Amino acid sequence: MEFLESILVTPFIEIWESPYYFIELVLVGLSTGVLYSLVALGFVLIFKASGMFNFAQGAMVLFAALTLVGLMEHGLPLWAALILSVATMVGLAFLVERFMLRHLVNQEGLILFMATIGLNFILEGTGQLMWGSDVKRLEIGIPDQPFDILGGKVLLNTFDVTAAFIGALLVITLAVFFQKTPMGRALRAVADDHQAALSVGIPLKTIWIAVWTIAGIVALVAGIVWGAKSGVQFSLSLIALKALPVLILGGFTSVPGAIVGGLIIGVGEKVAEGFWGPALGGAIENWFAYMLALAFLVFRPQGLFGEKIIERV
Amino acid sequence: MAQAVEQKTEAAALTSPLVVNNIEVIYDHVILVLKGVSLEVPEGGIVALLGANGAGKTTTLKAISNLLGAERGEVTKGEILFRGERVDSLTPNELVKRGVIQVMEGRHCFEHLTVEDNLMTGSYTRRDGAAAVAESLEKVYHYFPRLKERRTSQAGYTSGGEQQMTAIGRALMANPNTILLDEPSMGLAPQLVEEIFEIVKALNEKEGVSILLAEQNTMIALKYADYGYILENGRVVMDGDAAGLRENPDVKEFYLGLAGEGRKSFRDVKHYRRRKRWL
Ligand SMILES: Nc1ncnc2c1ncn2[C@@H]1O[C@H](COP(=O)(O)OP(=O)(O)OP(=O)(O)O)[C@@H](O)[C@H]1O
Ligand SMILES: [Mg+2]
Repeated sequence: MEFLESILVTPFIEIWESPYYFIELVLVGLSTGVLYSLVALGFVLIFKASGMFNFAQGAMVLFAALTLVGLMEHGLPLWAALILSVATMVGLAFLVERFMLRHLVNQEGLILFMATIGLNFILEGTGQLMWGSDVKRLEIGIPDQPFDILGGKVLLNTFDVTAAFIGALLVITLAVFFQKTPMGRALRAVADDHQAALSVGIPLKTIWIAVWTIAGIVALVAGIVWGAKSGVQFSLSLIALKALPVLILGGFTSVPGAIVGGLIIGVGEKVAEGFWGPALGGAIENWFAYMLALAFLVFRPQGLFGEKIIERV
Repeated sequence: MAQAVEQKTEAAALTSPLVVNNIEVIYDHVILVLKGVSLEVPEGGIVALLGANGAGKTTTLKAISNLLGAERGEVTKGEILFRGERVDSLTPNELVKRGVIQVMEGRHCFEHLTVEDNLMTGSYTRRDGAAAVAESLEKVYHYFPRLKERRTSQAGYTSGGEQQMTAIGRALMANPNTILLDEPSMGLAPQLVEEIFEIVKALNEKEGVSILLAEQNTMIALKYADYGYILENGRVVMDGDAAGLRENPDVKEFYLGLAGEGRKSFRDVKHYRRRKRWL
C-alpha cells in the first residue's frame, strides 16, 4: 500500500511542489531526446527507402566518430577532419550501394537485415582496426558550463543546450528536405512504391546513395555530440539500442514519429529518474525506454505515428 | 524473304520511332512468356495491344520501358528500338528522358503522397526549369480538372478513376512523346472509362503524344485506336487497322463477344479451327 502510494501519488505531489526541478528535467530530457531522434531518423530513412532494417546504424555512429577522432589525432584541425569524415560517410554510402544493395534487389526483408548485420561487423572491425579501440577524448570546443534560467531556479548546461540546438537544426533541415525538395519527394515516392518510382524515371541507385549518405551524416553528428560528452568508445554503437524503443514508439515508417518518439523517451527517462527513481531504487533511465516500448507493443503496435496502411478496393 | 523482312523493319524504323522486332521474353530464366512479338508505334499514333488475361500485354510494355529487370524478366531474342537506339542499353531513367514512359497496370500511385506530389514526381527527370514544370502541371490540371480539386488529398484516399487520372497525369509531367498505357479501363465504371479515353485521345491529338495501349476491353480500345495487334499466348496472331479489326468476324466473335447469326453452323466450326491454329 505504502509502495503503491510512493509510485502513484507521491511523485505527482513532488512535481506539483517543485515545478522548477520538473522543468529542468524536461529541458535536459529534450536535449538528449533530440539525439535519440537523430539516430532513429537514420533508421527510418533507410527503412522507408529500401525496406531494410539497418542493424548497422549504431556501428555507423561509432565508425563516424572514430574517423573524426582519428583524423584529429593525426593533427588535422576540426574543420578539415569534419569535411573528411563527411566525405568518408558519402564514400561509405557509395560502397554500400555498389557492393550490397545492388545485389540484393528483390530480396526478402530478412536477407536484407542479415546483410546489415554483416555490415555492422565490417564497420566495427575496420573502425577499430584503423583507429584503435581505446577510449578517445573528442574535443570540439563546445563549452561545458552550468548556467541558470528563470531567476536561478532552473540549472542548465551550455553543452546540453548546444547539442540540442545542433540536433534540432539537423532534424529540421531533414524534415524540410524530405517534404519540400524534389529529391525528398522522390525519396518518399520510392518508399511508397519503388516500381512506380522506377517507371517515372527515378533511379533507385541515386536514391539509395542519397539515403545512406543522410544516414551517415546523421550518424556522424550523433557520434560527435555523444562522443564529446562521454568519449569515443565502443559503447557508442549501443546508442542504436536506444533508437529501437524510439522506433517502436514513433512507428518505423514515420519521420515525425522518430522525432517525437525520441523527445518523449528523452524527457520520459529523465523525469522518471528524477521523481520515480527514489521509490523504485534508481537507475530507471536504463530501462524506462524499453518498458515504454513494451507497453506500446502491447497496446499500440503501429506506434504513435505509424503510417496507416491504406487499403481500398 | 529475310531481305524483305529486313527492308520492312528498316523502312519502319524510318517512319516509326518505336519498333519491337520479334522479341522473346523469359521470366526467372525458365518461363517463356513472349514467343516472337513484333509491332511498331508510328509517330502520333494510338496503337492497341489486345488480348486476354495472361496473353503477354503487360510483359510487352515492360520490355519496351525496360522495367522487366526488376521482375526477373529478360528479353532473350529480338530487339526493341526507339529512334534507332536499342532500349536494352538504356535504363528506365534514360528512357524517360528520351520521352518513353509507362503508366503501369493497376495505377500504382504513391499512396501517402498528395495528388500534386504524385504528379510532381513525374517531373523528376526534367532539366528544363521550374517554370516549364509549372506549365506542365497547369496543362495536366487543364486535361484533368478533377485532379486540381483533389490536389491536396492523399492519393491513397482518392477514387479509382482519380488514381488512374493521377497515374496518367504523372506520366505527362515527364513531357513524354510516347506513353505506354497499361489497362487504363481496369476496374472502372463504363462512363469513367469513356471519359478517360476521351482525354487520352485529346492528348494524342493536341499534344502529339504517341500511345501504345494495352487493353482487355477490345471494344473501347478499337474505338479510339488507329491500329491494333492481337496477342495470344505470347504471339501476335492478327494485326490491322482498328476499323478493319472491328469488322473482322473472328475478332467480333472472340473479343467483342458479338456472335454472328447461326452460331451453331459450320461457320462456328471454321472459327474454332482458326482459333485453334492461333493457339
Ligand atoms: N514476374 C513474373 N514472373 C513469372 N511469370 C510472369 C511474371 N509476370 C507475368 N508472368 C506470366 O507471363 C504471362 C503474361 O503475363 P502478362 O502480365 O504480360 O499478361 P497480360 O496480357 O498483361 O495479362 P492481364 O490482362 O491479366 O494483365 C502470364 O502467364 C503470367 O503468369
Ligand atoms: Mg497486364
